[in-house]
Amino acid sequence: MRPVWKEKPAPAYQAIKAVVLGGFALAIVIPILVVVSTSLASDQDIIDAGGYVLWPSHPTLKAYETLFSGGLMGRAILVSVFVTLVGTAIALAVTIALAYATSRPVLFGRPVLLMVLFTLLFAPGIIPMFLVVKQLGLLDSLWSLILPGVLGAFNFVVLRTFFMNVPGELLESARIDGAGDFMILRRIVMPLSKAVIAVVGLFYAVGFWNAFFNALLYLNDTSKWPVQVILRTYVLQGKSLSADQLGVEPLPQPQSLQMAVVVVALVPIAMVYPFLQRHFTKGVITGAVKG
Amino acid sequence: MRFAERWRRDWQMVLLMVPGVVFLLLFFYLPVLGNVVAFQDFQPYLGIMHSEWNGLQNFVNLYANPDFWDALRNTLILAGVQLLLFFPVPIALALIVDSLVSNRIRRWFQTIAYLPHFLSWVLVVTLFQQSLGGAGFVNNLLRQAGLDPIPFMTNPDTFPLLVVAQLVWKDAGWAMIIFLAALTTVDVSLYEAAAADGAGRWRRLWHITLPSLRTVIVLLLILRIGDILSVGFEQFILQRDSVGPGAAEVLDTFTYYAGVVGGDWSSGAAAGLAKGVVGALLLWGANSLAHRLGEPGIFQRRGSS
Repeated sequence: MRPVWKEKPAPAYQAIKAVVLGGFALAIVIPILVVVSTSLASDQDIIDAGGYVLWPSHPTLKAYETLFSGGLMGRAILVSVFVTLVGTAIALAVTIALAYATSRPVLFGRPVLLMVLFTLLFAPGIIPMFLVVKQLGLLDSLWSLILPGVLGAFNFVVLRTFFMNVPGELLESARIDGAGDFMILRRIVMPLSKAVIAVVGLFYAVGFWNAFFNALLYLNDTSKWPVQVILRTYVLQGKSLSADQLGVEPLPQPQSLQMAVVVVALVPIAMVYPFLQRHFTKGVITGAVKG
Repeated sequence: MRFAERWRRDWQMVLLMVPGVVFLLLFFYLPVLGNVVAFQDFQPYLGIMHSEWNGLQNFVNLYANPDFWDALRNTLILAGVQLLLFFPVPIALALIVDSLVSNRIRRWFQTIAYLPHFLSWVLVVTLFQQSLGGAGFVNNLLRQAGLDPIPFMTNPDTFPLLVVAQLVWKDAGWAMIIFLAALTTVDVSLYEAAAADGAGRWRRLWHITLPSLRTVIVLLLILRIGDILSVGFEQFILQRDSVGPGAAEVLDTFTYYAGVVGGDWSSGAAAGLAKGVVGALLLWGANSLAHRLGEPGIFQRRGSS
């Protein structure tokens, strides 16, 4: 509803707004649409269209069958799924525990909080990180993709802000009934914070799924490559997937096969995005940012 | 309360802190200490304990290394272009979206605009390559129309513009959220009163809307300036091959290529450490400046939060 005091905008303004917002939205949608469509297009569609297809007239899953017939992509997906699931579970456990413990005035609470906040100011640097991961014997292990990322300062702040707003009387009365902090966290605080925990979990999951540089830095063993590195090697750098995967003389790489790799990296994000969006538009995140 | 009493009361809480603290020690504070290799002639087979100390020699070498200065120059150019061309975009988008009367259009736009923030840099650069690359569909269209293809992705001279375009594509929508949130807190009666006094849309924008965004804008500017030496990392490592290190080498990629790839660990660490220290000082300085201007900033003074 337009408030009474607000004048109706001139047609010129309306047109400028429509062009800016419409152009921005199309610039996002079209590349994604083209990639998805091309991955589903038949070879003939692609030749007819000269490389890219806006809408496949003979949709086929052939590219995906080829992609999954060799072990390479399947293995990469397993790696990425493992890193994402295990990483998110560990990250949530560590972050929830630390955020709850520092959200109340307890022993060591203040210095530990400062320890976390200091990480916002300074990054340790690539070389020392590499040396530490190497020293811990994590090179070429999938744990090198998980352990360095199990506590994000932003996610910590979001959870802690939320936990601080849980009314103290609630926890006090549970304590009088004899509940310890473990029990209070599990039975009272966590059930009250399901939505924010879900959002933080999704943020972690997206982060683990998208992580690329850690894999480049810590993994030499190509059989442990996650999806993002496969995407870079076989699409961005244009290495022939069929040659590596099937050991055959590289045929001209079908465009649809490359686009299928892109779609594999995209699909999990597209799947969780509606949940993410529903929660953060409710103000879970912005509330924390403002707080 | 005595320590023993507090311990008896809080031991479960302390236990809950242990995994997080172990993480911080292992993957933050230990690597921070590991920066001492910047003052060593570090040899991997000798390790930190047995490598020779060489004082500030690595920094002197860095000072004499033209590649380092190129990386620093690129970093500052890219940061400047980002600040100038990226920073205002989310504000402008938020103002337009906020002025929309139709909630349906607003929701649609937000749904589309937030999505790219969650895509990885590999995916974003790939999508750009498939769209604007030499064999991408935009250049295909140009060729079909009988025009010359434009080397969007490989021209080092226009690389800063490409970088900003990618940043706008990925994060302008997401960055808009915080301004939209700030806009919802503006007191509508101010607009109403101003309108009754005859202020048109531009006067209302200038005298009511923008002043109410001031705190947020200052906060984000501080964060950006404090972070000015971090222009992004994956975005550049992914495109370093196609435009060349002359345009795409930034301090972070210099650290990686000199240290991990080139084996000159100490130079890499020295560059990384210099960047970290200068960055922290910039952040602290910008924040103090904000306090002086009467804005809350990011690190609040004790007791004021």
